[in-house]
Amino acid sequence: MTRLRIAGARIIDPSSGIDERLDIDIEDGRISAVGANLAGIPEEVLEAEGLWLTPGFVDIHTHLREPGEEYKEDIASGTRAAAAGGFTTVCCMANTDPVNDSPAITEFIARRARDTASVNVHVIAAATQGLRGEIMSEMSSLAAAGAVAFSDDGNTIMDAAVMRRVLEYAGGVGRPVIAHCEDLNLKGSAVVHEGAHATCCGLMGSPGEAESVLVARDLELARLTGAHLHIAHVSAARSVEMIREAKSAGVRVTAEVTPHHLAQTDEVIRGYDTNTKMAPPLRTARDREVLRMGLADGTIDCVATDHAPHASYEKDVEFSAAPFGVIGLETALPIVLELARDHRMSELDAIGRLTHRAARVLGLRAGTLEAGAAADMTLVDPEAIWKLDPRKLRSRSRNSSFVDREFRGLALRTWVGGRLVHNSDDVDEQR
Amino acid sequence: MKNLLGIEYIDREEIELLLDTAEAMLEISQREIKRVPTLRGRTVINLFLEPSTRTRVSFEIAAKRLSADAINVSASGSSLSKAETLNDMAENLAAMNADVLVVRDRTAGVPQMLSERVRIPVVNAGDGAHEHPTQALLDVFTVRQALGGVEGRVVTIIGDIAHSRVARSDIYAFLKLGAEVRIAGPPTMMPVGIEELGVKPCSSIEEALDGAHVICMLRIQRERLEGALFPSVREYSQTYGLTRELLGLARPDAIVLHPGPINRGVEIGTDVVDSEPSRILDQVTNGVAVRMAVLYMLTGEGS
Repeated sequence: MTRLRIAGARIIDPSSGIDERLDIDIEDGRISAVGANLAGIPEEVLEAEGLWLTPGFVDIHTHLREPGEEYKEDIASGTRAAAAGGFTTVCCMANTDPVNDSPAITEFIARRARDTASVNVHVIAAATQGLRGEIMSEMSSLAAAGAVAFSDDGNTIMDAAVMRRVLEYAGGVGRPVIAHCEDLNLKGSAVVHEGAHATCCGLMGSPGEAESVLVARDLELARLTGAHLHIAHVSAARSVEMIREAKSAGVRVTAEVTPHHLAQTDEVIRGYDTNTKMAPPLRTARDREVLRMGLADGTIDCVATDHAPHASYEKDVEFSAAPFGVIGLETALPIVLELARDHRMSELDAIGRLTHRAARVLGLRAGTLEAGAAADMTLVDPEAIWKLDPRKLRSRSRNSSFVDREFRGLALRTWVGGRLVHNSDDVDEQR
Repeated sequence: MKNLLGIEYIDREEIELLLDTAEAMLEISQREIKRVPTLRGRTVINLFLEPSTRTRVSFEIAAKRLSADAINVSASGSSLSKAETLNDMAENLAAMNADVLVVRDRTAGVPQMLSERVRIPVVNAGDGAHEHPTQALLDVFTVRQALGGVEGRVVTIIGDIAHSRVARSDIYAFLKLGAEVRIAGPPTMMPVGIEELGVKPCSSIEEALDGAHVICMLRIQRERLEGALFPSVREYSQTYGLTRELLGLARPDAIVLHPGPINRGVEIGTDVVDSEPSRILDQVTNGVAVRMAVLYMLTGEGS
């Protein structure tokens, strides 16, 4: 007996290339069948005419802030935000307090996720002890405790010899290293991208080269070590070009781009809104164009949110004093759909950048609607028009760079293992 | 005009109205009894979170000549040393029914941030490397006074453009009033994208000075930048310091401005400071008049 049938939706499953109007059956938390005129009589039928059913989205770059900074976000609130944005899997970064550089912390996060999370949580552990970029973390034990990748995200490993050893060792453990590429010397005290807008605002800027020189270094080290390097939040045109060359030369490199770098440019800093301050910074329209092209042609593998919650009182200070980072889980989908509407990629490819392509970067079993897979699914209304009201965000923090912006495309329902974890009809009661 | 956050945000008519008002204010400062009752009963708070003598005293005198009460708040004596946020502090000051908040801070964007939080007008008295609008107003006022106008004049700004709020405000003000603006300085001190504002970057001080009507020298922050953006003070003064000989490249009636405090013998030769073309002390005198005009326009009958 089939428990739930979603009928009449446009099934978009980039992992299998399916993009057509079909039915899908879910039984015991798994997808039991996808097709037309499915057999069996379901207990419940969800008519989804005019809507899309996609694999649940996968975010490989999320800051859930637990343990240590629960006033910004915790696993419960962060994964509620994820579910509301259509994500069914998130991977949380290691810059918690204490830093996730020990198996005990990794296990703690995994246990808290089992107890409190709305969606699947995978743990990314620190590449170096204390994120200091000096001594590598116990990567083998961390992997045994469940770490899916290693990253000092938020910090750059400035010492090339340390980075080389981290790549070698992580390669031996069979996990990728996620690099946050910002040359701290070139960046200096910069808070935004270096250009006319920074100059007019009197804010210190850093050039795209602050990123690309380290991308160049890390690509060379990936080539040297043969390890899997993943470049986080690519922001500069030159980085995309170098990643493209490295990929064609056979270097094991993958890359991600954030929704905000796809959608915005450094023009938005002009009002000194600290919610436009993030690292790496928003750059020029040309950088944005190259990022969009890189995502479309596959040079950049996937979209990752770099969801980075900060309390309003922390952002409500002088621009230079505010912390870097913006939230992104609840606004990623419409930004990616916009690229499809602009004919930069097919809708199938656009959804792929949020699902199986992201899962593939970290080797996660997620992002597919194939029969037998866990029923991690998102029901999307691609035409829904909505406006970001910060009070309605599920995240504990409000630091979005898209406040009051109008979006098109919304996750109506999200299921994790067949369990409904988000229903846009209930949101007002949940709050 | 609700606030004065920067010259970028006001237009030529507003600048000219402020300059015309300042003419009248200058006359008040020349009287024996230098006080008019215009702003009697008003309270001006000078929130100076970065050390300043000239600008703070200038605003204080400006307020007092208009009979306003001027209250000075500095960083060290304030609750900021008790970790209160700047926004909270400004809201508290404004809640004491102050009429205008004059703000100086080392961080760009602070006057704008505070203007979004307090209901009273905010005057930017210098914010980081962003703007220093009253300095630019007194500079154009001084040029108008000395040369009879700004339109069509060639204005050269020399020094650390990248870190200078005076340079940004001057560029906007002189361009809006129809001058040609040139800039020169070490390439390490030229901010990226500055030419998009409409200025002409010059590769040498000689090129920048050729035929100039107005020479604005900027202060070099020797204590902070020596070794980072230029090798030594000695080399800087040899390459970009204004000497009597270089002054000969400018027009015979050219004037020299400097926002102060000056480093004699560094960016400007000591004989140039004291020479006939120098209008450096006129600038200071005019600064009071311009700030009186600003306070009047924002809080008095001009508002």
